[in-house]
Amino acid sequence: MAFPILTVTVFTPVVGMIVILLLPERWVNGIRAISVIFTAIALAFSIWALAQFDPNITGAMQFEEFYRWIPSVDVFYHLGVDGLSMPLIILTTLLSFLAAIASFSIKERVKEYFALYLLLEAGMLGVFVALDLFLFYVFWEVMLVPMYFLIGIWGGEKREYAAIKFFLYTLLGSVIMLLGILALYFTSDPHTFDMVELMRQQGTFLRTFQIVVFLAFYVGFAIKVPVFPFHTWLPDAHVEAPTAISVLLAGVLLKMGGYGLLRVSYPILAQGAHWFAWPLAILGVINIVYGSLVAMAQKDLKKLIAYSSVGHMGFVLLGAAAMTPTGLNGAMMQMINHGVITGALFLLVGVLYDRAHTREIAAFSGLAVRVPVYVGIMSFTMFASLGLPGLSGFVSEFLALVGSFPVFPVLVIISGLGIVITAAYFLWTIRRMFLGKLNERWATLPDMTFRELVTVVPLMILMVLIGVYPSILIKLMNPAMTELSRLMTALK
Amino acid sequence: MTWLAAIVNFTPLLGFLIAILWGKRLGEPKAAIAPVAALGVSFAASVALFVRILLGHGGDFSFTWFAVGGYELHVGFQLDRFGGLMALVVTTVSFMIHIYSTGYMHGDKLYGRYFAYLNLFSAAMLGLVLANNYLQAFIFWELVGLTSYLLIGFWFEKPEAANAGMKAFITTRLGDVGLLIGILLVFTVTGTFHFGTLFGLLEHGALAPALVVAAALLVFAGAVGKSAQLPLHVWLPDAMEGPTPVSALIHAATMVAAGVYLVARSFPLFVAASAASEVVAYVGAATALMAATIAVVQVDIKRVLAYSTISQLGYMMLALGCGSQTAGIFHLYTHAFFKALLFLGAGAVIHACHTNDMREMGGLGRRMKGTAITFVVAALALAGIPPLSGFFSKDEILVAVVDHGGWFLAFAAFFTVFLTAFYMFRAIFLTFGGDAKEKAAGAHEAPWKMLGPMVFLCLLAVVAGWVGIPGVGPGFAEIAGFHVHGEHHGFNFGAAGASLALALGGIALAWALYHLKVYPVAKIYKRFRPIAFVLERKYFFDDVYGFLFVKGTVAFARAWGIFDNYVVDGAVNGSAWLTVMWAKFKGWFDLAVVDGLVNFAGWITQGFGKVFRRIQTGYVQEYLLVLACGVVAILIAVLIMI
Repeated sequence: MAFPILTVTVFTPVVGMIVILLLPERWVNGIRAISVIFTAIALAFSIWALAQFDPNITGAMQFEEFYRWIPSVDVFYHLGVDGLSMPLIILTTLLSFLAAIASFSIKERVKEYFALYLLLEAGMLGVFVALDLFLFYVFWEVMLVPMYFLIGIWGGEKREYAAIKFFLYTLLGSVIMLLGILALYFTSDPHTFDMVELMRQQGTFLRTFQIVVFLAFYVGFAIKVPVFPFHTWLPDAHVEAPTAISVLLAGVLLKMGGYGLLRVSYPILAQGAHWFAWPLAILGVINIVYGSLVAMAQKDLKKLIAYSSVGHMGFVLLGAAAMTPTGLNGAMMQMINHGVITGALFLLVGVLYDRAHTREIAAFSGLAVRVPVYVGIMSFTMFASLGLPGLSGFVSEFLALVGSFPVFPVLVIISGLGIVITAAYFLWTIRRMFLGKLNERWATLPDMTFRELVTVVPLMILMVLIGVYPSILIKLMNPAMTELSRLMTALK
Repeated sequence: MTWLAAIVNFTPLLGFLIAILWGKRLGEPKAAIAPVAALGVSFAASVALFVRILLGHGGDFSFTWFAVGGYELHVGFQLDRFGGLMALVVTTVSFMIHIYSTGYMHGDKLYGRYFAYLNLFSAAMLGLVLANNYLQAFIFWELVGLTSYLLIGFWFEKPEAANAGMKAFITTRLGDVGLLIGILLVFTVTGTFHFGTLFGLLEHGALAPALVVAAALLVFAGAVGKSAQLPLHVWLPDAMEGPTPVSALIHAATMVAAGVYLVARSFPLFVAASAASEVVAYVGAATALMAATIAVVQVDIKRVLAYSTISQLGYMMLALGCGSQTAGIFHLYTHAFFKALLFLGAGAVIHACHTNDMREMGGLGRRMKGTAITFVVAALALAGIPPLSGFFSKDEILVAVVDHGGWFLAFAAFFTVFLTAFYMFRAIFLTFGGDAKEKAAGAHEAPWKMLGPMVFLCLLAVVAGWVGIPGVGPGFAEIAGFHVHGEHHGFNFGAAGASLALALGGIALAWALYHLKVYPVAKIYKRFRPIAFVLERKYFFDDVYGFLFVKGTVAFARAWGIFDNYVVDGAVNGSAWLTVMWAKFKGWFDLAVVDGLVNFAGWITQGFGKVFRRIQTGYVQEYLLVLACGVVAILIAVLIMI
């Protein structure tokens, strides 16, 4: 039997959690160190998997693990990765590692925090490797619970409201998704939860059935992405969540919606997806334009970035709706790039908040004089976020646009509006917070520490690397995306 | 060849990295060494590159960037005479301005960062002119926009500078989105970004005419933003908040000319789309005229030059629109030298007087002889006085316009010649002539670090046009490698004479009004108050845009923000509230009705219980009594029934 690399990767954080639970509460630094070490081990395992991963194998999963779990209802413990999930796994382990370092600023109930944090990581990883819908659903829900407590206990002022809103909203979506899962189970013959098997059977599903089930899954995924009008839990959750949790929320959790769409809805419910392509593209453009307009109106820096996420995820929807190889690659790449860029933005907001204890844009001015390193890095990341060529965000937005232009030319032109507005609100933010005369209130603000630099610099390097040489990322996903696009065309 | 082009393109990037990472630690003057040296290397390499191209070693070199979907995206260098010449112009001016800046930026606390940005700009600009495809050109196009933003707002503590940088980036990005969509359109139809492949398809007539017109107009939209043409010109005058050498390099000689460059590079597109060419011509002509009229009333020396730049860029566009690639680019090339020189002269003046306001200067001619002489030479070149460079390029433009026809175009072209000469010499008489005002009293000549590059550029401003001397030079089209079939070429004495007369007229009028003071200027202003007001308010563009786009967009965004908060999120919270209310109602129902029934049943039972409890006394004798009574009663009943 081959080494179960995926199981090991997913459960490494769980082992870490158990170790932490056994430690005495007052041993704060030890708990921190052990958490970072376990996230690092998970990262190392995922990189090891990446090294053995062959992106050119399409139509088959790699590192598959397949065990009977609940035989009476045909539930299997089935794991595996392909070009769709591999990049997301790396993104998850990387951000979890960096955000764990950033979590050192958590001072209260450190033990519980890191225990939940590691459980969250395991849940997220599980979602990306599960190939059995039942297992997928279990991981999906497992991740929800620690998230609820992490926001609700370590969050800001309105943390309880935000945590409950996040929990109930997501739960609502996942319950409807569960109905979809059960519908698939009872319709398939023989009954199965297995995604690969369901893909094989998808020809036997009636078109109407596909549409209805697609919509059920769509609600679950759209809330996660989030797609307009299901997005309002996001700004609240982000604003209240502690820094590291915001990073994971934006960097990884939002990706589950897009991932689910491409992993479950597209290949299993292709006709439903085709039926929904136009609405999906329109919703994508609404996300882009509406998200950036609302971002412009925000007064809280963290909220502004939360809404910028809404805009950026619009490109994912647009590229995915086009179903062309380029569009799907753009959508997929945009998910990774958004994770890296917005993850960095939230880390940086945290850096400022830890010092200033406010995130109100109007409270700052002229920071460039006082904290040049911070301002340099923040501006760099904002430029990456607004799609400056040479940095990663441009490549994926461009691919999403190139890929969807042949299918939705008018929508692409409208989304151009969002590009201008995005530039406008980021530059306006830079202008208000960093440029001009220094507000004397911040005359003693310290610049970034070494630990903070450690969390952000790797992400900056990725932004440049992917921006200049996109192959490192595209190579991983291109065969899988091309295959998915071919499949979708064939199943029209 | 590609290694040479790579040296030209990427050496400044190396300089940037060194200066941005270690600039602060190195301090002045060491921080400037790597950036200046990088530009020196780049300059030398671009000379070698151009020579090799002239010798026939050029070509088009592509490399795979990455593969996506079913195709590959390429990057590469187009090493033809046009690109080589552009690279040469960029490195020449940039190198000179790097040297000049070592003096100009003396004492600035961000000395190292300044040179880092200047290097980054040079790398991006060179990447743009050497690119062999639209995608790569677009990438560098945006990067020059970034460096322009960084350098305009270099003195970011000044609110005006910070605002100007933001305005420049956002305004040009409006045009850039047009360009991006144009590129997407072209790629969608042809499957290529590559200039050569695309123009090959055009020649074979493989593309629908409507598509070609749309693509050409979208490319032009990008050029309108970058080259500050109507109606997106408003950012360039504000860009003068940047350090003056930056204005010279980026906002006069090179970056703002990028739009002209791109239109010229896409020339086959415009040749195939005559409707788009007409738009280019009219926008160019209107811009040239509009900006020249505004320049007449400016009092800030840099703003005079800024409007002059807009006007001259309009001129270049006019030439391109009239079908003459040669004239447009010839003027781009001569303009780069003399306009950079004018800005450097203005920089020297500002450096000496610590003011931009020409009304506070005066009499500088005696105190700053070198600056004054080079400035006047550059102004004469701009006005189009022979045998200076501007004369030859301007003549080609006028010939192209006359050949093309259209009364407005011709009027704009010729009248702008007059206005140009007038505003330049107005500036010269105000700055260098007359008596020294307060701020000019202590002025002294710039150091050699600054004057040296000015002298060198002055030399170029004189001789650069000589390639166009009939019978002597090879002609600019030959140098730039333009195919001239259909285009008229050569020198035209009629146009030359007319433009010379107009230029001299402009100079004479400036001389009469600002030197001899034959008639008080203030009175003229008073008499033509409405006109002066319109010009001083710059045709109200900033006022209208400020209201419509800046305030309008923010208000629009706020409205949507409120919508999001109260309607979308309100719906979420509202449904949560409804759920809670429903739960409360059910709670009440449960308590009052369901539980009430249960309790009622209990109560009834209890009531019965209370009644029947009475007979449960616990005394055996009573039970026996009841038993006896019962037996008797039953007996009686039985007896009766029988």
